[in-house]
Amino acid sequence: MTPQSPAEAVPRKREVLESVTIRFAGDSGDGVQITGTQFTNTSAIFGNDLSTFPDFPAEIRAPAGTLPGVSGFQIQFSAKEIHTPGDQPDVLVAFNPAALLVNIKDLAPNSVVIVNTDSFGEVDLKKAGCATNPLEDGMLSAYQTFKIPIADLTIKALEPVAITHKDKERCKNFFALGVLYWLYNRPMEPTLKWFQDKFKKKPELVEANSLALKAGYAYADAAELFRSQYEVPPAKYAPGRYRNVMGNEALALGLVAASKLSGLPLFYGSYPITPASDILHELSRHKNFGVITFQAEDEIAAVTSAIGASYAGAIGVTGTSGPGVALKGEAINLAVMVELPLVICDIQRGGPSTGLPTKTEQADLMQALFGRNSESPVCVLAPATPGDCFDVAIQAVRIATKYMVPVFILSDGYLANGAEPWKLPKLADLPKIQVKFQTSPEHFAPYLRDEVTLARPWALPGTPGLEHRIGGIEKSHIYGNVSYDPDNHDFMCRMRAAKIQRIVQEVPDLQVMGDEDAKILLVGWGSPYGSITAAVEESRRRGIKVAQIHLRHLNPFPSNLGAILKRYPRVLVPELNLGQLLMVLRAKYLVDARGLNKVQGKPFKVSELVEAIEQEAKTLQGNGSPK
Amino acid sequence: MSPETAPVKPAAPKYTKKDFQSDQEIRWCPGCGDYAILNAVQQVMPTLGIDREKFVFVSGIGCSSRFPYYMNTYGFHTIHGRAPAMATGVKLANPELEVWVVTGDGDGLSIGGNHLIHALRRNVDLKILLFNNRIYGLTKGQYSPTTELGKVNSKSAPFGVIDQPINPISLALAAEATFIARSVDIYPKHLMDIVRRVAAHKGSAFVEIYQNCNVFNDKAFVQVTEKEIRDDQNLSLEHGKPLIFGKQKDKGIRLNGLRPEVVKLGENGITEKDLVVHDEKNAALAYLLSRIGFPDFPTPLGIFRDETFPTLEQRTREQITSARAKLGEGDLDKLLYSGDVWEVK
Repeated sequence: MTPQSPAEAVPRKREVLESVTIRFAGDSGDGVQITGTQFTNTSAIFGNDLSTFPDFPAEIRAPAGTLPGVSGFQIQFSAKEIHTPGDQPDVLVAFNPAALLVNIKDLAPNSVVIVNTDSFGEVDLKKAGCATNPLEDGMLSAYQTFKIPIADLTIKALEPVAITHKDKERCKNFFALGVLYWLYNRPMEPTLKWFQDKFKKKPELVEANSLALKAGYAYADAAELFRSQYEVPPAKYAPGRYRNVMGNEALALGLVAASKLSGLPLFYGSYPITPASDILHELSRHKNFGVITFQAEDEIAAVTSAIGASYAGAIGVTGTSGPGVALKGEAINLAVMVELPLVICDIQRGGPSTGLPTKTEQADLMQALFGRNSESPVCVLAPATPGDCFDVAIQAVRIATKYMVPVFILSDGYLANGAEPWKLPKLADLPKIQVKFQTSPEHFAPYLRDEVTLARPWALPGTPGLEHRIGGIEKSHIYGNVSYDPDNHDFMCRMRAAKIQRIVQEVPDLQVMGDEDAKILLVGWGSPYGSITAAVEESRRRGIKVAQIHLRHLNPFPSNLGAILKRYPRVLVPELNLGQLLMVLRAKYLVDARGLNKVQGKPFKVSELVEAIEQEAKTLQGNGSPK
Repeated sequence: MSPETAPVKPAAPKYTKKDFQSDQEIRWCPGCGDYAILNAVQQVMPTLGIDREKFVFVSGIGCSSRFPYYMNTYGFHTIHGRAPAMATGVKLANPELEVWVVTGDGDGLSIGGNHLIHALRRNVDLKILLFNNRIYGLTKGQYSPTTELGKVNSKSAPFGVIDQPINPISLALAAEATFIARSVDIYPKHLMDIVRRVAAHKGSAFVEIYQNCNVFNDKAFVQVTEKEIRDDQNLSLEHGKPLIFGKQKDKGIRLNGLRPEVVKLGENGITEKDLVVHDEKNAALAYLLSRIGFPDFPTPLGIFRDETFPTLEQRTREQITSARAKLGEGDLDKLLYSGDVWEVK
């Protein structure tokens, strides 16, 4: 968007824009996330396609006004289909100097900056480490800056409300939201309604926040700061009913759905960890679905209780992030050995060690595939978008129960907290999960295998006549007795690997997106799907032939993956790690794939990938063809 | 809260000890105390009137943890220290099962100490048998968290153990276990009585069983097992009865302020009335008793505590039931379509 500078005021007009990216930034106590979420929900209801990226500081309440305390929320909303929260904000709303300093470098010249001038006092500047006032020192000269005394105006607007001065000041985020609602011509009703639900028991807060929102809206309309109002028309969606969903929420709902589809109770064992805890929170609300949530004493108890629950006939699921997976490794191996269903949700974050708890990364692929002692094959899945977490959760339960194996779901912080419009499924349209328990003692042996899946029977304690023992010591083929026989161990190791390979029966062939005759193929997995897709679309618009595949199944791989890789002279693998899928692809398919990697705790920018694609295209042209 | 009694099932098939013996060859060392414990458990099981398929024996790692392989019930030999957590999952998923945990001093108090504490405090209906031989047997003789200070026969402390040992009964009390007892491998009758009481208890039960490792730590409990001295060294805990011991039943435990002391009946006019009366419902007394033992006091054997509170699985079911009563049986479509939903035509 390119509105003109407010200095050259001319009659106000309405402009239509295709897409806009807004970033809200302030103290983690400023209500930035709530403001962003409200803008998101309103835009969703308005009918825009959208994608969001909340960016939390690591500290719950870092010292107010300091750089580490800055919390951000970015949303791209659009009249067309979009895949990412936007590379660069068109608009920055900064509630204090720290928020301005942290975020200004991400803006292109001439972008819009809205600042709350009330928080640019001497003390505020000192807290943010500013030697001079950025509102006066020329830092903002390249931008269209709107200086609004947001706190002051909010307090004035709330004069009639009987709440404390401090509480009034806390409503300033909704004044700012009101300004943006006017600027982008959004309806206020969804947020006004939300106040009524949210503050049901505190009518004075309903009044205060509603007044703040309306005051912001009226101010923007009356103050003649802005020369244009903007319109981002609704996007064209496939018919259906939609809601906004975040990845962790979708994952939790997918697990509940899998419980319904299989008729088995869901058991979720978890220990609180960022960014996975929201799954525990969400599931703990759904006890009326028979969901059992168990907040365990540690990561190990979280996974072992889930294995115990699976053993007794529930859907055993554990959820965590990378550090927790490290602790669960031995127990996951027990599930490999005793061949029980288990779903492990790894909501990846920056590492190693404690790393960047609130930032995103996808560097646990190797850990999921290989991070346990000995030969330990497991099934690994990765969702591509927040909404996709729902489908992947169901798929994970389906595979775990059908093949009697542990299944990893590799989500990440970006998917977990990012939101997108989600076309709602109907329970009746989802295929049932058929679960077979062994009931008859006839022809029963604990490790007798199904010919198609190689799964052993799921024989629940409590079933008369099936009393048997399982455990972590190597088991004899068919009978499951303790066995130290060398040939049996060799056989069983190969059997467990073969069983995981059989899951390929569940994996649809990959569809290549983009140009069939391209020379460049991008291979992605997990959350970069949006950035990769947008980059491929943009590159093709610029006339470069490029193709794309995206892997949901990381073990086993789809059966046509090898053949596709060999069709393209140049294979690029963008990952938010230093080349993990890349290493697996090179090892398994002997293909000279190249990595596009970064580990900044942030998703790929579309422009970064477009640039890399252009570079490759140039190299290919220059050399005729790559060796 | 009134204690619940185990459901009586007259129709339950009659079992013999043999029905609880698996076909697996037992691989403990000859002379190991584990044989006696296995025998006691296998003798009690058929008398409980509970269907065999309801029993699940869960264990961790160590000599004791081979136990499930020898029981002809459901059995799960899991990983080191994690049996209480695994068993919690089993019990929560199916409260109808009778879940027993077999562990040792290394498995239960060292690597798995955390899980033990939390399984006990949550009052999950698990029957936890901890075989305490005060040594690591399966790894061949390192000292354990219950090995006595100064002990020099362990392989990993040839100059003597310098770690203060843990007191399993005190720990179980601190962790809020609702049933706590101590027995000895070579006292089959006592052990079987305790196993029966454990089976009847609803809630987290913890039994420390002194178990002799004749290979790596022989005679570790000689003061409670040696024929000549044991009557003067053992204190049998019986609910509602004064704490009397000794071959002649002539000694007792009296409280001097808050300090227990050994007194002789008949001396200085001391009678039974002066002695502490055991009360399984008094956790403070139980703690006091957990702190006494060899050499200044006799070693208490029997039930320290037996109280009944709602179990974790009961509370879990109650929450589910009340959530269903309040919100109705979960309806996925209703859940998905709640909140801000919009329609595109």
